[in-house]
Amino acid sequence: MKLTRIVEELKLTVKAAQGGLDREVRGGYASDLLSDVMANSREGDIWVTIQGHPNIVAIATLRDLAGIILANGRQPDADTLQRAEEEGVPILCSSLPTFEVVGRLYRLGIYGQG
Amino acid sequence: MEEKVLEWDYEINGKDFRNAGKVSSKVKEILKELGFDPDFVRRVAIASYEAEMNVVCHAERGVLHLTISPEELRIVVKDKGPGIQDIELAMQEGYSTASPEIREMGFGAGMGLPNIKKNVDKLNIASTVGEGTVVDMLIKPSSIREFG
Ligand SMILES: Nc1ncnc2c1ncn2[C@@H]1O[C@H](COP(=O)(O)OP(=O)(O)O)[C@@H](O)[C@H]1O
Ligand SMILES: [Mg+2]
Repeated sequence: MKLTRIVEELKLTVKAAQGGLDREVRGGYASDLLSDVMANSREGDIWVTIQGHPNIVAIATLRDLAGIILANGRQPDADTLQRAEEEGVPILCSSLPTFEVVGRLYRLGIYGQG
Repeated sequence: MEEKVLEWDYEINGKDFRNAGKVSSKVKEILKELGFDPDFVRRVAIASYEAEMNVVCHAERGVLHLTISPEELRIVVKDKGPGIQDIELAMQEGYSTASPEIREMGFGAGMGLPNIKKNVDKLNIASTVGEGTVVDMLIKPSSIREFG
């Protein structure tokens, strides 16, 4: 499923890298611990988190993630947006808590590992 | 025949969370350009990122030295910082001395060194308290890669 479809279905606000929305999403991962995401996410995952600082972009780039959803109304730092534009990592925002975001992704057919 | 070896040096600044991870992104770019397979690139990216972040989170400054030869890749991260008192303890999953501020950002899970260990073929850590730490990692691709 394309990231654009997820943006529409979950009514996400696109904060950075609009150009990257054509990317195919292969699965999902949810965590706020960066080493955990680094170790256990997979290429093409959409990552759901409440961390909004610039290092999330580094993780997404290093792990080839499809994009990042900031849950619970969290807003990305200005530095995060700048770096996300530079690296082409879509930053999407939702007012819903992580549990709700993941539930809706699952209902759309976006699954985790296993 | 002479064996071709490629080398790079990158500086890492302690507490610079704005640029943290950029050095590892460069390492990854180099590997992709050289055509290494995705699983190998993933292992190197994880090890490099965790070693880089340890300098950012725990030390003052450091240098990442990358060496690539046809048989293996070596990353040595050397820093000036507080050093590690008990390396065996630091290697344990969940052990972290990270400050509350750093933990709030999602660092300090105590998974960095264990994750490095899982993804490299050889790991050697040498440290002197009050001076600094050297993390030496060797990673071998599944097949020998010719380049250059
Ligand atoms: N380069 C370093 N300089 C000083 N201490 C370090 C360094 N790397 C690791 N440590 C120590 O080892 C501990 C465990 O490291 P790690 O497994 O990466 O977990 P974390 O970085 O999340 O705390 C750190 O909390 C710190 O006390
Ligand atoms: Mg660490």
